[in-house]
Amino acid sequence: MSVETYTPQAFHRQAHDALGNPQIRANFRQAMDGLMGKRRDAFGDWDVETLRELGANIRLRALAKLPDLLEQLEAKCQANGIKVHWAEDGEQACEIIRGLCEARGAKRVIKGKSMVSEEMHLNAHLEAAGIEALESDLGEYLVQLNEQTPSHIIMPAIHLNTDEISDLMHAKTGTERTRDVDYLTAAARQQLRERFMAADVGISGVNFAVAETGTLCLVENEGNGRMTTTVPPVHIAVTGIEKVVEHLRDVAPLYALLTRSATGQHVTTYFNMISGPRKPEEHDGPEEVHLVLVDNGRSAIYQDDELLDTLRCIRCGACMNHCPVYTRVGGHTYGTTYPGPIGSILMPHLQGLEATKDLPSASSLCGACGEVCPVKIPIPDLLVRLRKEAVGEGRGNVAGAGAKRNRSEVLAWKGFQWLATHPGAWRASTGIAGKLRALTPAKLGPWTDYRTAPKPAATSLHALVKRHRRDAKQEGKS
Amino acid sequence: MSARDTILGRLRERLDGPLAAPACDFSVVTGRGWSHEERLRRFEDKIASVHGEVIHTDHAAWIEALISMLADKDIKRLGLGREHPIAQEARTALADSGIELTDADRDIESWQREQFDSLEAGLTSTRGGIAETGSLWLWPTSDEPRRLSLVPPLHIAVLDADAIEDTFFDVVERHDWAGNMPTNALLISGPSKTADIEQTLAYGVHGPRELVILVRH
Ligand code: SF4
Repeated sequence: MSVETYTPQAFHRQAHDALGNPQIRANFRQAMDGLMGKRRDAFGDWDVETLRELGANIRLRALAKLPDLLEQLEAKCQANGIKVHWAEDGEQACEIIRGLCEARGAKRVIKGKSMVSEEMHLNAHLEAAGIEALESDLGEYLVQLNEQTPSHIIMPAIHLNTDEISDLMHAKTGTERTRDVDYLTAAARQQLRERFMAADVGISGVNFAVAETGTLCLVENEGNGRMTTTVPPVHIAVTGIEKVVEHLRDVAPLYALLTRSATGQHVTTYFNMISGPRKPEEHDGPEEVHLVLVDNGRSAIYQDDELLDTLRCIRCGACMNHCPVYTRVGGHTYGTTYPGPIGSILMPHLQGLEATKDLPSASSLCGACGEVCPVKIPIPDLLVRLRKEAVGEGRGNVAGAGAKRNRSEVLAWKGFQWLATHPGAWRASTGIAGKLRALTPAKLGPWTDYRTAPKPAATSLHALVKRHRRDAKQEGKS
Repeated sequence: MSARDTILGRLRERLDGPLAAPACDFSVVTGRGWSHEERLRRFEDKIASVHGEVIHTDHAAWIEALISMLADKDIKRLGLGREHPIAQEARTALADSGIELTDADRDIESWQREQFDSLEAGLTSTRGGIAETGSLWLWPTSDEPRRLSLVPPLHIAVLDADAIEDTFFDVVERHDWAGNMPTNALLISGPSKTADIEQTLAYGVHGPRELVILVRH
């Protein structure tokens, strides 16, 4: 299956295209306005700051003990009958999952929503091995039918409106053309129920993995996650190594933060906690449960005190919902699995700064993302840090550091620094600039597309102040 | 070296040194101090706001409430357990009602198609409710398996008013979930829903279209 390709390298062109597409802009604007309002209301009667503080501390505590908790999680899961696998990168994780499928002779896989599986391009990998991987979350199902990737981490099909979805389902599944959302939903329900029954393996993500009890928690509204983890004989859960929390009680505040931040719901329809495969006396549930723990760049982020905060993320999507850039250019523009602010601080570690150097700059640093983040990740600070890394002015410990370094830019700033710290030279050069102002160019690349070019003043502010002081002194004398 | 050892090794030999674990104060998710009435009111408000249908009844009359609800919704085939007192009472009362009672405590392989295609409703007990979020908590058993609350288009849940507690955190702590986790524990708050088509809410996308809660006082 061909998937429409967007790349982070082409961010600027993609942004330009998206900005010129009124449909995309309207779809995102409307959706994001709705989500922002709902989030506000959902936290209405809560002490949000105290709750965020708790959320941040729980995640920090888990990260502080990460290696121990991963070992505890593994031991508890194994004791519960869940098989645990480790993968250093996406490729390894795909191989593990393909192997598990092949060992069962599986040809049909049904999937619940999992961003990690998107990150490692699992569907393409399985299809190359002759295994069909079908998405069952309604949004993911639609996006897959449309041969696209998700444009939002919580609402994958947010870029499509009802008419587009109706046309898509009509073309691909033969349903009637209609704006009746109940009809379209019921049609998808019917189509997917057959697929659940036929599936050999169910693959899901994990929202929280509890070390204390060896429990995998899944948050959802549709019930496709419960279907995926209950109907097929094998369940494979795949997750990043940072998703572990220490105690079962830790999930209560994180869950409260997640649903309110993501969609403004006080709770989701289902909170599904899985602690093992079907027991001999039970009558349903999978015979086998596997957990695949994926590193894929996370242990590198873990090394650095500042970058570490990135790993607190609970993938709620609030930062993108509130981002003025995301709202205008949409999710596909970023060309990465995770778009928006979280994508801009995470993807450079997953794909390296050569490929993603434009993402940390795709922000006005307005601070909205950091203000709404339920686990208080200082996203703007991390964007600035990655900008520094991109131009080679950071610690140099991010893959591809220095990829955006430009010699003439460096020289220009060095020159400016020298001028600004040498008053004589500064006065001389501003004096000359004022005299030569007629010669400054009227066009300065994209900058002047929507603005007039700046011109040095005939008299510098410095000189004006000086003259003003002198005049005032003389007035005082006379 | 295995992937496991490589990953754990990298995490243990952290470049910037060991991290301090902060203390966590959970008071914001507990200590609501609601009265019985307040709890009940909040539970009903919240679950109704996500399309859960609450029917109040008392312990003596809950069966009548069930029967009239089944008649209203024209249910002909009901799945239920056999051991739980709720299932037993329902079985006795519905024996001659013309409603076909389907045993849920069978290995699913023997009746998968039947469950998906012809079961109209599933009746389950619940362990309790959560006032703050309008949630039910269920620990499926071999008598009332996981799919009984998932596959049929209507889920009927029986909840005792006394079993409603303030918050999720309170429930996890008071019932020592950490020491007793079953293979599958569930919070259910309303029927299955989606907003994936242009933010428009639609119910019953994969799971039940309707959730009825019989609250017994
Ligand atoms: S960075 Fe914060 S706001 Fe953004 S997805 Fe992660 S948890 Fe949510």
